[in-house]
Amino acid sequence: MKEIRVQGPGLFTTVQDLGREGFGPLGVSPSGSADPIALRLGNRLVGNPENAAALEMTLLGGAFLFPEGAILALSGSDFGATLDHVPVDPWTSFEARPGQTLHLGPTRSGARGYLCVQGGIAVKLFLGSASTHTLSGLGGFEGRPLRKGDVLSIAGASQPYRRRTVARRILSCLSPRKILRCTPGPQSEWFPESSQRLFYNSTYLAAEESNRMGLRLEGPSVPVSSAGHMITEGVSLGAVQVPGGGSPIILFIEQQTTGGYPKIANVISADLPGVGQLRPRHEIRFEGVSFEVARSLLRVQEELLASQELIQE
Amino acid sequence: MATSEHGTVQFRPASDNSLLIYFDQHISLAAHQQVAKLLRLLELQPISGIANLHPAYCSVLVKFDALKLRHDDLETRLRPYLDRLNEGSLPEPRHREIPVCYGGEYGPDLAEVSDTHSLSAQQAIDLHVSATYIVYFLGFVPGFAYLGGLPDALVTPRLPRPRRRVPPGSVGIAGHQSGVYPFATPGGWRLIGRTPLAMFRPNRPAMSFLSIGDRVRFTPISPERFAALENA
Repeated sequence: MKEIRVQGPGLFTTVQDLGREGFGPLGVSPSGSADPIALRLGNRLVGNPENAAALEMTLLGGAFLFPEGAILALSGSDFGATLDHVPVDPWTSFEARPGQTLHLGPTRSGARGYLCVQGGIAVKLFLGSASTHTLSGLGGFEGRPLRKGDVLSIAGASQPYRRRTVARRILSCLSPRKILRCTPGPQSEWFPESSQRLFYNSTYLAAEESNRMGLRLEGPSVPVSSAGHMITEGVSLGAVQVPGGGSPIILFIEQQTTGGYPKIANVISADLPGVGQLRPRHEIRFEGVSFEVARSLLRVQEELLASQELIQE
Repeated sequence: MATSEHGTVQFRPASDNSLLIYFDQHISLAAHQQVAKLLRLLELQPISGIANLHPAYCSVLVKFDALKLRHDDLETRLRPYLDRLNEGSLPEPRHREIPVCYGGEYGPDLAEVSDTHSLSAQQAIDLHVSATYIVYFLGFVPGFAYLGGLPDALVTPRLPRPRRRVPPGSVGIAGHQSGVYPFATPGGWRLIGRTPLAMFRPNRPAMSFLSIGDRVRFTPISPERFAALENA
């Protein structure tokens, strides 16, 4: 099997695929890539199924040596990559020859970048997925972020290199939005009119301690009117929960499966990949939409992803 | 979208791809059994388009494929399941025993808990081991069982400031609940002891030591026994 040698791990680099859905009854959340659109596209550029395991880098990339070479693509945020000091384009497949090293720096755009490799990264699956669930130390590469000196295996037989790139016009339609659209949360009515107005008219900042479990927001607190008696219940991905202090938290892919705080809103499915690109100190605004609008936006997004012109050879 | 009802059951959309089913507005054994029965029925006869289930005390969150189903489609498909809940019975509950080393470094909050209730540490331990608990559901993190049945004399609110890291195996109490932390996670429950048992092991066929509906008892062990079991 071909290898990837980790010469520099970056800040927080994990193995991720599209996650493990269906294990809520065990308390296991899906995990998976924070920006699944970037992962899906990156995998298609190297000829993989969309769900193949890749490396998710956070804020700062790393240095990766390919002793036997590999066919690669970078997607998501731009980490200013160079292959043996020659710049490589993101969103385009390229070939690393045996012995070449890929260097990635600090992000120049959003929070997360993906390094996809033809064949995918081979790790032992946990509940059918290669995704790392860092809080519980399960899945991925030894259940943890990569360290210097780690050696990863590349799965699958190699196919000849074909240059593929993502059509820029369609990519711009799929890129993260400045305003996150939301549907009402299951406890929206617990928040008085004034709290709702504040929530939808304010600008929040993603706090430093945000991670794959949740994004803490700094900004106006949104008090709950009745100190309603909340019983712990199942929580959905993208739920905006408001603990006692009134500062909202967006529950993210490594979320707890249940929780006991009221939810004022829920980020729509189509805008969740963009949440994975929010960096600490990034501004966040919310806009309310109906369930019907949320569904049609998701349909439009999937149609763009299925478009014949999206991947160009 | 407003709440809709089916008999005593309430439906409420939680997001564009999830629906909450409430069996009751407070914790009860009857509601818990409805949750367990619905889970069982959906496992035996899955509905196409349902992606995930998050059970809790008296509700189930159903996550679905929003490209295939709308909330009202899902409600329509769920109604016959809800009508059939009382037909089947649940399997006899399993009995599980969890050895716990109480107090000291194993349960740093035991002293404060017993002081709060004007009990000696030993009385608090005796109370905790006297009860038979029910696993209402697994949630929060892999293998975390929400146990109901804590004696009233031990009911204590959560810590005002959650710990950033709770050691794995820690046995905590919060309100009327008790539970065991399977992993080193943040946590706001008051820690009264620790078990050497692995609560969640991915290489074990059942993975989670506890399942929904299990009956659980705690047994006190010494630090020496803890060390022996931990290394076993």
